Amino acid sequence: MTNMFNRKLIILLACLLVMLLLPPVSQALDESYLISTMTRVLIFAMAAISLDLIVGYGAMVSFGHAAFVGLGAYVAAILSFHFNDASGLFGLSISYQGTDQLLPILIIAMLVAALVAVLTGMISLRTHGIHFIMITLAFAQMLFFLFVSLGYYGGEDGLPMLGRNQIPLIDTGSDSAFYYLCLAFLIAFIVFGRRLVQSHFGRVLLGCKHNEKRMRALGFNTYWYRLSAYVIAAMGAAIAGVLLANKTEYVDPGLFSWHLSGELLVMIILGGLGSIYGAVIGAITYLLLEQIFSAYTEHWQVILGPVLIIVVIFARRGIYGMLQKKWSQNA
Amino acid sequence: MLLLIEQVLNGLQLGFMLFLLSAGLTLVFGVMNLINLAHGSFYMVGAYVAATVMAATGSFLLALLVALASAALCGLLVEIIVLRHLYNRDHLDQVLATFGLILFFNEGTRMIWGRQPLFMQIPDYLSATVEIIPAAPYPLYRLVIIAVGLLVAIGLFVLIKHTRLGMRIRAGASNRDMIAVLGVNIRWLYSLVFALGTMLAGFAGAMAAPLFAVESGMGESILIPVFVVIVIGGIGSIKGALLGALLVGLVDTLIRAFLPTVLFWLFATSSANSISASLASMGIYLLMAGILAFKPRGLFPA
Repeated sequence: MTNMFNRKLIILLACLLVMLLLPPVSQALDESYLISTMTRVLIFAMAAISLDLIVGYGAMVSFGHAAFVGLGAYVAAILSFHFNDASGLFGLSISYQGTDQLLPILIIAMLVAALVAVLTGMISLRTHGIHFIMITLAFAQMLFFLFVSLGYYGGEDGLPMLGRNQIPLIDTGSDSAFYYLCLAFLIAFIVFGRRLVQSHFGRVLLGCKHNEKRMRALGFNTYWYRLSAYVIAAMGAAIAGVLLANKTEYVDPGLFSWHLSGELLVMIILGGLGSIYGAVIGAITYLLLEQIFSAYTEHWQVILGPVLIIVVIFARRGIYGMLQKKWSQNA
Repeated sequence: MLLLIEQVLNGLQLGFMLFLLSAGLTLVFGVMNLINLAHGSFYMVGAYVAATVMAATGSFLLALLVALASAALCGLLVEIIVLRHLYNRDHLDQVLATFGLILFFNEGTRMIWGRQPLFMQIPDYLSATVEIIPAAPYPLYRLVIIAVGLLVAIGLFVLIKHTRLGMRIRAGASNRDMIAVLGVNIRWLYSLVFALGTMLAGFAGAMAAPLFAVESGMGESILIPVFVVIVIGGIGSIKGALLGALLVGLVDTLIRAFLPTVLFWLFATSSANSISASLASMGIYLLMAGILAFKPRGLFPA
């Protein structure tokens, strides 16, 4: 047992070292696009972790998680927009001076996501199984069309940002500084996620996944536990959204699309559900496969699709599940 | 009043189109307990094949037949190669695998037919207009879609309720092991049901091809309303699929037609038009959220 624990720690530290060394190495090799690619990976890993929290631990398969990523991104873009242009919010006569500070933007994004998650979650959580999948999809589609209709903020064309948001002491304009910022956020996500799922709250949530009736019989108000998890996951996705908007310096309604929600689900299933680490592995694998295949052919999806199918049929518990099985056999 | 009747007909036409797609999807879910995100891909296959055959031969009936056959064949292959392994698996695995199928089919059509959308001609004998109500000409082709959808609905009811195959399908939906023990080849039955569903999807695609641009990804833009339909109707129920499809078709069409007027009347702003176009797209999702909030298992739970 200690042996296995040590091995896990060593692997984690090795991964961390690789991540820390990536910017100087890629700059030395004159391949600095790697930094941008990996920043994207880090941000999607955060979104995947937040989704794993409800899918892997709460059995709430949300097909609309991208909506919260989109909300976070739009909060960042809209607040930055009004920092440069103090015209009325939503084109109405409410005068509003935006901000370009990352920290208040993050807080507002989390609050907005939490509010939307409470409202939609209250209805969605009345349903189960495939109905839950479909109702979360429906809410995400509603937000998608809502933002398409916001002509004041670019509508279908999206809204560009004039530079990244500021944070004291860090030059976010530099790509490697922004990479380290995202890495720090990801580590915080992993630590928070692991602690949350090992806490009393996380255990109750896992109990609801396996047998909700029994948990209710034990006296837990399962509805509130599930709703809280749903809201926490939404806030996590909103943070990822804010960082994603800052990375690309551009937002568009495509962020709310069912395609992105589907990709997030693919990432966590690929990596292995219900382990937090699996979500990170899945995000890295999916985005790197995409990158690698697209380097060979513009028709990379024709390869990626069958690869996903093969993974589903043969690797039943995702990549992390396979690794764990191997470790426990060796130990 | 004339406008209202015209829009109701348009709504019925969209509704029957949605029904052709949702009937197969809801059967597959009800009988095999399989979530198939790639159902729209067979719609796309039907549309592409129909448009190609029509352009090559000029025969609409031949185009329809080839489209039906190729959608059914694609469905059969996909069932045998991929989906057969997933019936006993978690819904999540099915979501992931069929997402992979979508990527494959969308990119595959792009490789074969290119990125430019195809367009399909309506044959001369169907391109006329009819005056159902005096002085309000209505395209014959849309009426044909309504009639064909109605026929398919009746045919499916007869098939499910009054034939031996339909009896087996119903039996398979309620107890898979029992029907296998009684000597029915359940594998063959599943393949057949799946191919039937994809054939209907291909049929919808072929009928829709002259109305919409035939392009890669067209399956997904219609698939999401189809999911709304089967969730509203109650998953696994053909009756639910029919009523859900008509409800969604009518609500969507009527909101799109009349919301701009209402908004303009309420706010009297010039931007009412563009805003209402997107707000109207939200209509069916509001309908679905509203229905699920009160009936979490749909209108006709199977």
